[in-house]
Amino acid sequence: MKKLTGFMLLIFVLILAACGGGGDSSSDAGEADAAISVGDDIEGATELSFWTFNELHMDLFEDSATQWNEENPDKPIKLNAQTYPFDQMHNNLSLALQSGTGAPDLADIEIRQFSNFLKGDVQLEPLNEYVEPELKNNVEERFNLYEKDGNYYGIDYHVGATVMYYNQEIMDEAGVDIDSIVTWDDYVEAGKQVTEKTGKSMTTVETTEQFSLFPLISQRGSNYFDENGEVIMDNDVNVETLQFLQDMIHKDEIAVAAPGGFHHSEEYYGFMNDGGAASLMMPIWYMGRFIDYMPDLEGKMQIRPLPVWEEGGNRTAGIGGTATVVTNQSESADLAKEFLAYTKLTEEANVKLWTVLGFDPPRFDVWDNEEMKADNKYYDYFHTGIFDMLSEIREEIAPIYYTPEYSSAQQEVESTVLYNVLVEQKQTPQEALTAAAEAVKSRQSD
Amino acid sequence: MVNDPITNKLEEAPSERVYKKPSKLAFLNSKKVAPYVFISPFILSFLILTLYPTIQAFIMSFQRVLPGNVEFIGLSNYERIFNPTFFLALKNTTLYVIFTVVILVVIPILLAVFLDSKLVRFKTIFRASLFIPSLTSIIVAGTIFRMMFGESDTAVANQVVTFFGLEAIDWRYNSWSAMFLMVTLASWRWMGVNVLYFLAALQSVPKELYESADIDGANVFKKFRYVTLPFLKPITIFVVTISIINGFRMFEESFVFWETSSPGNIGLSVIGYIYQEGIQQNDMGFGAAIGIVLMLIIFAVSFIQLILTGAFKRSDE
Repeated sequence: MKKLTGFMLLIFVLILAACGGGGDSSSDAGEADAAISVGDDIEGATELSFWTFNELHMDLFEDSATQWNEENPDKPIKLNAQTYPFDQMHNNLSLALQSGTGAPDLADIEIRQFSNFLKGDVQLEPLNEYVEPELKNNVEERFNLYEKDGNYYGIDYHVGATVMYYNQEIMDEAGVDIDSIVTWDDYVEAGKQVTEKTGKSMTTVETTEQFSLFPLISQRGSNYFDENGEVIMDNDVNVETLQFLQDMIHKDEIAVAAPGGFHHSEEYYGFMNDGGAASLMMPIWYMGRFIDYMPDLEGKMQIRPLPVWEEGGNRTAGIGGTATVVTNQSESADLAKEFLAYTKLTEEANVKLWTVLGFDPPRFDVWDNEEMKADNKYYDYFHTGIFDMLSEIREEIAPIYYTPEYSSAQQEVESTVLYNVLVEQKQTPQEALTAAAEAVKSRQSD
Repeated sequence: MVNDPITNKLEEAPSERVYKKPSKLAFLNSKKVAPYVFISPFILSFLILTLYPTIQAFIMSFQRVLPGNVEFIGLSNYERIFNPTFFLALKNTTLYVIFTVVILVVIPILLAVFLDSKLVRFKTIFRASLFIPSLTSIIVAGTIFRMMFGESDTAVANQVVTFFGLEAIDWRYNSWSAMFLMVTLASWRWMGVNVLYFLAALQSVPKELYESADIDGANVFKKFRYVTLPFLKPITIFVVTISIINGFRMFEESFVFWETSSPGNIGLSVIGYIYQEGIQQNDMGFGAAIGIVLMLIIFAVSFIQLILTGAFKRSDE
């Protein structure tokens, strides 16, 4: 009996200990990772709530709300911004819109998730009155992504132009002049030289996300869907492109599968920071990741346009993006829209997108703005001239057609196609993409 | 302010007694009604939290559910279910169920017998340390597991592996190691609970039977086989049933390692698939249909298992 009492006592103490630790994991279901509030002290301010999944984005809105209240004393706002984990935020938002209650005034929706929010009766407010007059100054593609039946529902943070980041140190060691790389064939040849001379990989390929595949097929004018919404995942260009990635890894052996599976994994940051690969294809907004997670590469990285597939071909592609939307549950939707336009559409706002967030702003008429040239940590890390290069390749972003099934197509690619073809090699690119196309079509049919 | 509720109660209590006529509440005391009053909290929560959602899910499985736009689409959700991804999820889940059931029944029985033996010392420490894991949050435990089984050569698991001269393993990127991770996490966590069940059952084995077995000259293994095991049968059926149901409902064990999308779906469970389709792809109708199918599968498997183990037969003893 004594033993039993001792046992129970021990368990009891441990339960207490465990509850202390376990408590926060069970309760965080409804709590934000981070939250800020602007305009608390202003009497009569209209409350606007904002959900995002990226803490950085709150900085922009905080900055903007403060300034708005200074400039518009007649209609002040009280902004409550909250950051939730990625999946949780999107799931909560879609459930809130589905059930008709609980949604915020403003919310960020990541591009891959966006198509889900265009299904059925769209529960978002059209932003045409603000967007349409500004389209001519913007990279229009970024607005078409969030358009349905002539209504623009979202405003993006950046262009997301895909570029090649070269590690100058490794390229020099291998004796490769990065400016001599014009086509992908040149790139592969240079890769062989790098691998031979330095023993390092030329690049890395994502196997659980699509940032290696999608920009390449988009660069070649292909996509998962054509302009009529038909599935073209298994067309020749896509199959060839996937084959190209497979060859880089397994035939030419100049690339490796990204450690951790994708370019945002902790394993990957460590690998790159140690000079793991000589180059990397990612969008401009990836600069922030270099600065935050790969401090040892400061000053060593050079940004260049992508190699081309054939002469005169596109030298970049758009990928990624996050749109801020106004939901139809907002009680002060008009104010929310005006504030959103103020935060993300004006010239001043677009300068902030660069100075605060380090993004390539959608408004190209600010790219040569003096304020954009002021020294900042991005120029320190990557050298100047980023926007001169962007201006040069701005017209070369191919349109992307998003359909309601886009996120399901992406799901197929990320969970099955890339792994089966690039890692396990148990399917050919043709087989894997055909199977994925069939899976997506089966959803479309009903 | 703090005292208010108390004083209120004190004031109200006697007044209620005065005003309420005894006849109004008397029926509660009747022998026929009282049992229903006692079970009503459960019945109510069952009706509201289980039966209603189940019926709703059943209806939704025939619908396409979109904001402001819900329509019946017949069986087309069900027609779409039997696709390669679903079968992969079902295969993963089934393997997981088999492994966890075997591991979580056989090993706890042995451990319980050892812990019940007079020869083992420091039983309290052993029992407690086996039981502690079940107190942890699976998310917390999973995060630690994920770090231990990281890809780098310096992660604990890979240090052990390389110590034995083997190649470091990408634990989260092979299908066999993915299953290993999920089963290990579940086994580690539930081992102690099951040991506790079996320990409790062992207390009900009459000591006289061991004594008479001794007299008949039975050795340790024979005593285990012919005395201990038969007495453990009812609890074993219980543990197996619970393990099967929990196994088919597995979600967190996969979520902690890969969140919602694993390479080549090596960690996809049926519940994970429901989450992916219903919530992430915003296709509630399809998600509900998978849920209904899963319910039927669990029902069928449990039913077969209970028939085979004779749980429905009247016990002779």
